[in-house]
Amino acid sequence: MRVLLIEDDQTVRNFVAKGLSEAGHLVEQAADGKQGLALACQDKFDVIILDRMLPGGVEGLHILETLRREGNLTPVLLLSALADVDEKVAGLKAGGDDYVSKPFSFSELQARLEALVRRNRNEAQPLTKMNVGDLEIDLLSRSVRRGGQKIDLQPREFRLLEFLMRHTGQVVTRTMLLEGVWDYHFDPQTNVIDVHISRLRQKIDKPFEHALVHTIRNAGYMLQE
Amino acid sequence: MSMFQRLVQTHFRKVRIQSVSLRFGLVYSALFISSSVLFLSFVWWGTIGLLEQRVRHSITLDAHAMLTEWTREGILGLENLISNRLAQDIDDNAIYLLSAPDGKLLAGNLAHWPARLDSPQSWQTLPVLRDGQLNLAQVRIWTLQGDYHLLIGRDISERTQIQRMLTDAMLWTCLMVGLLAVGGGWVVRALFRRIIHSINRTTLAITQGDMSRRIPVSGTGDELDDVALTINQMLDRITRLMDGVKQVSNSIAHDLRTPIARARAELEDASNSATSEQALRAAIDQAVINLDNVTGICEALLRIAQIEAGTRRSAFAIFDLATTLRDMAELYEAVADDHDLELHTDLPAHLSFWGDQAMFQQALANILDNAIKFSPPHGTISLSARELPAPLSRNGPAPSALRSWIAVLA
Repeated sequence: MRVLLIEDDQTVRNFVAKGLSEAGHLVEQAADGKQGLALACQDKFDVIILDRMLPGGVEGLHILETLRREGNLTPVLLLSALADVDEKVAGLKAGGDDYVSKPFSFSELQARLEALVRRNRNEAQPLTKMNVGDLEIDLLSRSVRRGGQKIDLQPREFRLLEFLMRHTGQVVTRTMLLEGVWDYHFDPQTNVIDVHISRLRQKIDKPFEHALVHTIRNAGYMLQE
Repeated sequence: MSMFQRLVQTHFRKVRIQSVSLRFGLVYSALFISSSVLFLSFVWWGTIGLLEQRVRHSITLDAHAMLTEWTREGILGLENLISNRLAQDIDDNAIYLLSAPDGKLLAGNLAHWPARLDSPQSWQTLPVLRDGQLNLAQVRIWTLQGDYHLLIGRDISERTQIQRMLTDAMLWTCLMVGLLAVGGGWVVRALFRRIIHSINRTTLAITQGDMSRRIPVSGTGDELDDVALTINQMLDRITRLMDGVKQVSNSIAHDLRTPIARARAELEDASNSATSEQALRAAIDQAVINLDNVTGICEALLRIAQIEAGTRRSAFAIFDLATTLRDMAELYEAVADDHDLELHTDLPAHLSFWGDQAMFQQALANILDNAIKFSPPHGTISLSARELPAPLSRNGPAPSALRSWIAVLA
């Protein structure tokens, strides 16, 4: 996919660009707000990574607001050292689709980017049923089956599975799960998410031959056939 | 501050018009002068008025006796009475004059009618010629039946003298009052300045960094002592807070330095002695974890700063504490289970609470984390909340409070 990276710090820019290029994405770079805004208006991108505090007189949120005012709906991931909850809310209100605060791990950024692009593509059709391999869930009756066998899940476990299903084939980080399933925006010190995933695995993977939930080292989890 | 500056400053302080002490002194002087003048003029008017009243009273008494004599004995009797009165006048200040309808003087001690005379039946003060002397007199004229005229009066030259004496005395007194006012004002100003300066000296010393200074307390228990005690208490509290900040910054420095030092040591060690790529990667991963710890500490510090500064106040809102706690317990129940612990909750259906929900979740997560981490296996962690009858917070619209949060039982 085509990514526009607007970031003034050269180290961070190179780090992100290198990582994304290695993952097979096409990356355009802009070092200040003016250049970034010009690029974002000229070309069509799949996603924009936008720093908030930029040199050159054009601030990140200003770029975002300008784009949205002109009807440009390219997903924007805000990447900023302003890590406060209020700042996040301000960023999302201005039209941002996701917010990653610095310092960040590349795997987190990548996972969120892919989730964003995917969401943008899938948004059109509302889902009632999803399946991965022989695992299928019905969102209306809230039932889960694997290989024709019914599996009982707690409401929270169901939401966890639903989230994983919606991001099938994508890495989902622990923070994404905590935000998406529990709606918590803080960093728990212990392995809370791991414990919940392991419980889910007990129910949907353990009685069956091959596992669907995979652990991705240093990143998170992935649901895949 | 240089010696010169200090000199200039003290000099200016002496002549400064915008000075509270000077204002106090001036107010005192003005009050003293105005009350003295008021008092003295009361005495002056009182004395002079009394004297005049006495003169009029004695003239009225005389007139009453004479009119009675006139009715009883006629003009001859009146003439005799006037002669008697004049003969018995010891003070030598009585003035009588009786004239016939044709203007002829029948009795009295005036050579002729006074030149300037207004209508009868009214009090007049005018100069009269008596025994070759022109003196001031108070007189009144009665017209008798048959167009006889009777003048009765009193020589008031003595009263004029008293009045002059009194006025002189008043002027001198005023001068004394003025001097006293200035002196008193000066004393008041000096007193006030001494009080202010004792506070000012101390606060100035504290501003320049000497936190050990305190305002001297006289021990008399007066208002000044109250002020001094309050300020001293305030200073004690500030000192305590500053000590607290110092302690916190020391521990922050420690908490930050430890993971940084660890990361540095690992990287340096790996750079010097790592033999394989795997060992290098492991060292780098460990350093990243340590750096993440530093980030976590920075965030916690920022949060503390925000809470202390009260900026998070804007995030305060009413939320259901019971639901928040239940959700939190649900998140951590699995973890507790994993550690062979039981998480027991005792929560009401609803508990309206006023606060910062995000901060609250964060705090609760830390507490539950620690409870799970430090409880021995097979223990019970109980989380309970209930509403207090008495409000703890006076600012919140929903005055309910969390009483007992969490008890860790082995």
